[in-house]
Amino acid sequence: MSKYLIIGNSAGGIGAAEAIREVDRVGAIAIISDEPYPAYSRPLISEYLCGERNLEGMLYRPSDMYSRNHIETHLGKKVAKLHLGNKQVELETGEKLNWEKLLLATGGTPIVPAMEGMGKRGIFTFTALDDAKAIEKLKGQARRVVVIGGGLIGMSVTEALVKLGLEVSVVEMVGRVLSAILDEPASRLVEAALKSAGVKLFTGKTVKKILGRGANEEIVGGVELSDGQKLDCDLVIVAIGVSPRTQLAKDTAIKLNRGIVVDNYMATNSPGVYACGDVAEAYDYIYGVYRLTPIWPNAYMGGRVAGYNMAGKVTEYQGGTNANSLKYFGLPIVTAGMVNLPSKDGYEVISTADGNIYKKIVIKDDRIMGIVFMGDIQRSGVIFGLMREGVKVTSFKDNLLSENFGISCFPDEMRKNKLQRQGGK
Amino acid sequence: MKRIYPREEVCIACRLCEVHCLVAHSKSKDIIKAYKRETPRALPRIRMEAKGAVSFAISCRHCDEPSCVHACLTGAMKKDPVTGIVTVDTEKCVGCWTCVLFCQYGAINPDIERGVATKCDLCPHLKEPACVTNCPNEALLLVEEPSHV
Repeated sequence: MSKYLIIGNSAGGIGAAEAIREVDRVGAIAIISDEPYPAYSRPLISEYLCGERNLEGMLYRPSDMYSRNHIETHLGKKVAKLHLGNKQVELETGEKLNWEKLLLATGGTPIVPAMEGMGKRGIFTFTALDDAKAIEKLKGQARRVVVIGGGLIGMSVTEALVKLGLEVSVVEMVGRVLSAILDEPASRLVEAALKSAGVKLFTGKTVKKILGRGANEEIVGGVELSDGQKLDCDLVIVAIGVSPRTQLAKDTAIKLNRGIVVDNYMATNSPGVYACGDVAEAYDYIYGVYRLTPIWPNAYMGGRVAGYNMAGKVTEYQGGTNANSLKYFGLPIVTAGMVNLPSKDGYEVISTADGNIYKKIVIKDDRIMGIVFMGDIQRSGVIFGLMREGVKVTSFKDNLLSENFGISCFPDEMRKNKLQRQGGK
Repeated sequence: MKRIYPREEVCIACRLCEVHCLVAHSKSKDIIKAYKRETPRALPRIRMEAKGAVSFAISCRHCDEPSCVHACLTGAMKKDPVTGIVTVDTEKCVGCWTCVLFCQYGAINPDIERGVATKCDLCPHLKEPACVTNCPNEALLLVEEPSHV
């Protein structure tokens, strides 16, 4: 019998376990994961693939973290079913585990569209260490790779494959790469960096079918695009995105939308059951709604809030929005919040561009709603801080994009408060 | 725990805090060698900001709820549960700069050349942080305050 049962051993699950241990030193914690590894940094699977890091170098926490915190682990085991009524999970091995408080931190599952030729050998997704391991095994036999999807996952696998010396073609349905997190000028700068690294881009196109190798229909030999063009390749990476892994909650009383619906305490509608991370729809303070924001920091912070609440320390989630820091092909980029405007009404955009430096800030009703900084990202944290706190910036907005922007540009009162705030809040 | 607070009313924007921070975090701990012979050169972990008549130097606040630690993708950024000091493990840091984005004080300095984040560690090898000791005008105060963790 575990007092706290956590399904998922990544950012959300670890965030919860660490918070629980701050409050409750003794209550039994168990973590279940279908992956056989101790918690590792998922974003680093690209560094694993190109040989820059091994599993040890990717570990998210020291290897004795579980034993030191008395956390029981069930790794490499899959949950078959939730029995909410008797507070019990059933593993595929037949084992049964009981809980008093349950956290669903199950993350996302890669989207693989139904597509002609999908059953062939040589097709991979790229969201877990095992994906990187599977691709790594074939890298010596491969020369050309087609990556389907020009989002974060697609960019990350592309960079690793380029480092391995492979020829990569990226096929992206939308007219530009990273369209969900960048605006058009920023996407174009990334595309230029991709092209100069030798990557071929096919934007505004989809893969219609995956072709065999010559007469052999079992193995990948190429793809056919929506415009009829054919690209030869030895591997296909499907990097379209992830969808919340809600399977366990289906057909239970737990309320689902696209993901698991949670309140500001990361609690689901089912008593004693919490959710966080990529599977949960938590509060987004920029959009003002509960939605999926599948990024690592939000998973950890949401997990932390869930953990405190599970252990009885009532804690409210401050909300999270999409925020990413990237440096594909050596180009540093940070982006947060709303970078593509839903309409022109009421939004003000300020921006500056000079060579590889591009900065843009979206303002609405006096408040920062979105940022894109490329090339020079040093001051982005102060700006993102203003955005998170919903500070009215109109009186000093002319300074926001200046090279020397910082706390010294705040109005007097605000600056003094910030510098003297105790506890660094 | 200990925290450094700037006093803008007496800061004269001399940037000696930056110089002495760099030297304290150099290999040689020698001002001439640190600037002229060490490559890559150490970076200051404190930054003087000035606008008009206002100036002050800002470094890590070792927050009670450190966003940089919570946001870190690799587990490189840590807050010591006993001392409260936030440090970065440069072996684990991959230079993704997520911490730079999440620090509302702008107190993390990306070391582009080494590809790792750098930040104030309160000079654990010294009696008190070098910036505090060497500020000619007592514009940096080292304050002992209760930790809320």
